[in-house]
Amino acid sequence: MSEAVTGQPVRRTPLHAAHLRRGARMVEFAGWAMPVYYTGILDEHRAVRERAGLFDVSHMGEIEVRGARALPACQRLVTNDAGRLVPGAAQYAVLCTPSGGIVDDVIYTCLAADRYLFCVNASNEEKDLRWMRDQAGEAEVVNRSAEFALLALQGPRAAAILQPLTGLALAPLRSFFVAEGEVAGARALVSRTGYTGENGFEIYLAPADAEGVWERLLSSGAAAGLVPVGLGARDTLRLEKALLLYGNDIDEDTTPLEAGLDWVVKLDKGDFIGRDALVRQRAEGLRRRLVGLRMDGGAPPRHGYRVLRDGRPVGVVTSGTKSPTLGCGIALAMVERSTAEIGTRLEVEIRSRQHPAQVVPLPFVRKRK
Amino acid sequence: MKFPKKLRYTREHEWVLVEGNQATVGVTDFAQHELGEVVFVELPKVGDPVTKDEPFGVVESVKAASDVYAPVSGEVTEANDDLVSTPELINDDPYGDAWLIRVEMSDQSELEHLMSAQEYKEYVEEEGEAEESDEEEDDDDEDIDEDEDEE
Repeated sequence: MSEAVTGQPVRRTPLHAAHLRRGARMVEFAGWAMPVYYTGILDEHRAVRERAGLFDVSHMGEIEVRGARALPACQRLVTNDAGRLVPGAAQYAVLCTPSGGIVDDVIYTCLAADRYLFCVNASNEEKDLRWMRDQAGEAEVVNRSAEFALLALQGPRAAAILQPLTGLALAPLRSFFVAEGEVAGARALVSRTGYTGENGFEIYLAPADAEGVWERLLSSGAAAGLVPVGLGARDTLRLEKALLLYGNDIDEDTTPLEAGLDWVVKLDKGDFIGRDALVRQRAEGLRRRLVGLRMDGGAPPRHGYRVLRDGRPVGVVTSGTKSPTLGCGIALAMVERSTAEIGTRLEVEIRSRQHPAQVVPLPFVRKRK
Repeated sequence: MKFPKKLRYTREHEWVLVEGNQATVGVTDFAQHELGEVVFVELPKVGDPVTKDEPFGVVESVKAASDVYAPVSGEVTEANDDLVSTPELINDDPYGDAWLIRVEMSDQSELEHLMSAQEYKEYVEEEGEAEESDEEEDDDDEDIDEDEDEE
């Protein structure tokens, strides 16, 4: 593997050698060589749910919006209310096209009143950069992706594993807050965010520091059951928690209202790109809706499979898998509004056979008490 | 990686054990290794016909669904229902407990097109050449001689 399908050379994260040393199975993802698993997707999935896992997500892009007009620029770009952020706070939102389609889903952090750092999907980095520059007015938009490696430490034991390696007080660091400090002797931005539905942290580091911190975390956390985790389990973990994947569940033909992201759409915060279209869509009512489907059996539903009701096509699976936690097939699917009610019996067509499924509340897997 | 000598192999990474007119079919160690953890298996029913080089079932890992192709034509006399409840057997014991189906062959001459263990081993090595090789289990030559019981 040396070339991506695009013909561009495949990029390597600063942890590439560390992944190979640990025997990772590597795949190409969004132009990057990334570990899909080390020992196995199911073991790694379980480790994150029960103990802790460490992910290399350095492929993610980082784009900063800065300057005196940074906040108005962000407010124009995102659907959520960035004006509510104090320095050190982060927020999830989508960027929309004027017609309400989703350009990307992002988490941005207010570093200072005039600095907002966006974490964007690797597959959208170039597109987002162009879009943000086009739309940011007087604010400066800087691609800082090359300045950061990004580790995600996720799982119920994440805080206990990280605390001995940092002077930052982790207990008071609430979800979607960020602190700057040192981790294993390296300058780091520690964010209480993630993509697994578990408690955990995303740790932004200088690329040169990444391998040292990665190894320190793994050796120091080993006794608590910390293992490295690849993109395979990252996908099953996020899907059980109904966290969306850009390019599968959402894209420029999907609006945040259809995707069930109403909670990040603040129509009353003032104007933003896509607002008019979303106001109109809300008034007219949705024609389709992203729902959760739980299958009766273990056959894994997959992206692109048809969804039917009594034999009539009503939608399509956007993401699916056999849930490692539940042991049955689960899927996100975009279906006609009339079939989106919780409890509706539908069918997923798997290899021209119809398998029963039911619309269920999300997330599929809830927090253990 | 193991390549038992008593088996015959396809280019699609299935193996066949021939006993009289009965063929037992499974997927190879290489195939399960490439697939990763198997989470679902779909097999034909007893009495179903299978046709050489046509898909007869599906093996699914977390990431992908892969067709399994019939190495020979005939009628299914037995399907391994254990795999429905424990599909991971395919990773644990691809040449043993994780056989997929037994087939009453309709044309024994089809067996001539299958590869020997040595041929299959070379085929897999060629196919895997582009990839970085895992050196961990590379005592292949031993494995190929492991099953001495040739017919």
